[in-house]
Amino acid sequence: MKSLAELQALRDQMKSKVGIREDENDNIRVVVGMATCGIAAGARPVLAAFTEEVAKRNLKNVTVAQTGCIGICQYEPVVEVFEPGKEKVTYVKMTADKVARIVSDHLVNGSPVTEYTIGAVNK
Amino acid sequence: MYRSTVLVCGGTGCTSSGSQKVIEALDKEIAAAGLEKEVKVIKTGCFGLCALGPIMVVYPEGSFYAGMTPEHVHEVVQEHLLKGRIVKHLLYKETVDGETIKSLDQTQFYKKQKRIALRNCGVIDPENIEEYIAYDGYQALGKVLTEMTPEQVVKVIKDSGLRGRGGAGFPTGLKWSFAAANKADQKYVACNADEGDPGAFMDRSVLEGDPHVVLEAMAIAGYAIGANHGFIYVRAEYPIAVKRLQIAIGQAREMGLLGKNILGTGFDFDLELRLGAGAFVCGEETALMTSIMGHRGEPRPRPPFPAVSGIFYKPTVLNNVETYANVPRIILNGAEWFSSMGTEKSKGTKVFALGGKINNTGLVEVPMGTTLREIIEEIGGGIPNGKKFKAAQTGGPSGGCIPASKLDIAIDYDNLISIGSMMGSGGMIVMDEDNCMVDIAKFFLGFTVDESCGKCTPCRIGTKRLYEILDRITKGQGTMEDIPKLKELCMFIKENALCGLGQTAPNPVLSTLRYFEDEYIAHIKDKRCPAGVCKALTCYVIDRDKCKGCTKCARNCPADAISGSVKQPHVIDQSKCIKCGACMENCSFGAISKK
Repeated sequence: MKSLAELQALRDQMKSKVGIREDENDNIRVVVGMATCGIAAGARPVLAAFTEEVAKRNLKNVTVAQTGCIGICQYEPVVEVFEPGKEKVTYVKMTADKVARIVSDHLVNGSPVTEYTIGAVNK
Repeated sequence: MYRSTVLVCGGTGCTSSGSQKVIEALDKEIAAAGLEKEVKVIKTGCFGLCALGPIMVVYPEGSFYAGMTPEHVHEVVQEHLLKGRIVKHLLYKETVDGETIKSLDQTQFYKKQKRIALRNCGVIDPENIEEYIAYDGYQALGKVLTEMTPEQVVKVIKDSGLRGRGGAGFPTGLKWSFAAANKADQKYVACNADEGDPGAFMDRSVLEGDPHVVLEAMAIAGYAIGANHGFIYVRAEYPIAVKRLQIAIGQAREMGLLGKNILGTGFDFDLELRLGAGAFVCGEETALMTSIMGHRGEPRPRPPFPAVSGIFYKPTVLNNVETYANVPRIILNGAEWFSSMGTEKSKGTKVFALGGKINNTGLVEVPMGTTLREIIEEIGGGIPNGKKFKAAQTGGPSGGCIPASKLDIAIDYDNLISIGSMMGSGGMIVMDEDNCMVDIAKFFLGFTVDESCGKCTPCRIGTKRLYEILDRITKGQGTMEDIPKLKELCMFIKENALCGLGQTAPNPVLSTLRYFEDEYIAHIKDKRCPAGVCKALTCYVIDRDKCKGCTKCARNCPADAISGSVKQPHVIDQSKCIKCGACMENCSFGAISKK
């Protein structure tokens, strides 16, 4: 460590790694269904893709979490996005490939990817 | 990138209740579930709720699991970490409110707390400097070295109103300014981590949970007074703290945060550990410094004060662990931020180690000015088994007992002294109606007699005589003349002992005499111990009407003091009875009572 700037750079880099320990209530929560049905349908790579993508883009206001069965097992893997003050968005039949677009369009730019949502699949 | 972090307490409290086994089980179960790349397990410092250990917190949910065992781990890994279903029945009961789960800040234990010195304990991995840095670690040192002059640093600490957390409460900024003003070719910074009060463990928890904060603050102090070398004097009885300090010093050196030319500013600072051999007197500043120099740990008269002639006769600043733990935050947030908390003359927060007859045994940090009632009844969760509060002992062997009538007093340095106790390092032992106050005074005096270094007569002989009088009273051999004699001797020791420890040694006697003189009189006049603690003054008797003659008491008596034939009422021979209470515990009919 040669300078204060170097120390600050290390702090910023480390902060994203410990960030999940902070209890921020205004975080966007991405919740992946990880019950038996979800895992069997392939939720695990989806969850991993979300964590990686969020870390890559250094999104401090996003929490990735997992949850149990929501009850729509035929649509698994299911991912729900909760934004404070907004209606939740439910993505269904998720794959790891779809994750990057949800992160960039929805989590970063605020417009949900309609074609992946449960509404689109139901039609 | 991990999606979930599991923090397991690795403080001494949880380690002794088995947290290491929980960590091993976690590693195994997580590997079995194939989650190694998703879930990170971190051993962290004390959460404060030692009574509920081992403690484990899962993030991002912030689920607070208490009383974990290796057997519970499988369920948490399978349910919570794999499927995201919080295992409610293993959570800390206070956080479960019907269907919803409250955050920890909303529980009784944490609600009134304000964590500054303990802010990183239970949050970071103390063996990883990068985690400390992530929480603004070493930023204060950076700020001081690049933006502030030594005079400005001293001024900020002075303006903050920070006072020594080791007990006496001397203003820290003033201490630093004295040492800074003295010209010398070499100066030293030292840290007093020789926490010796019975029942006190806040310094240990800071060292175990956040060792870097002490290193950073010492470097800041070094810059402020013009010292480039530091010593941490820590008791050898704190093996986890010593180990983590060693790791922390190694990491800080590797990163260039200790050593030559720190952060390219040209400032050098390094420090070393000194292990204390366990003498209570070495917590006294002059004795501690004498011990660092390699001599026998004995105090010496002041002046000269350490700021003039300290370690190796050079100007030295010596502060307590908790004092240092506040320093980096004050530098980063400013003097006003710190002085906005607390009372007029005592700023900031204080950590207390709650122990004794209290539900939530553990570590709490509250703003100065919090009342004793808030600490004991709200944060501490009150007295177990529906017993009545009798007194709280603060300040260890140097402090005194605070009776129920003073429960609403706002805790700060001056208020505690005015009621005959003192802040001390922050041990707080709660006592209920089953504690005998004469016996408590005797206990603390016994400690002082053992630990007196023997250098000065008032302490060496005076405390021994005090102990003998107290011992006589608890045996029912006291006379009414003993009370004025006790008071006189106490005052004499206070005025004449050489060091702070001797001068405060009579405090437990004086404060119990002040608030509980009736108990002394009961021992002397009525030959009775109201709490039923003093063995010589209690006797066990068998109620003839209730006794069924089952012989169980006689069979369990280790002294063969009980006689009687089967189905006939039994009798205790008081001359043989050793008052162990085995008969009372074993009687199935409640026929034996203590008088």
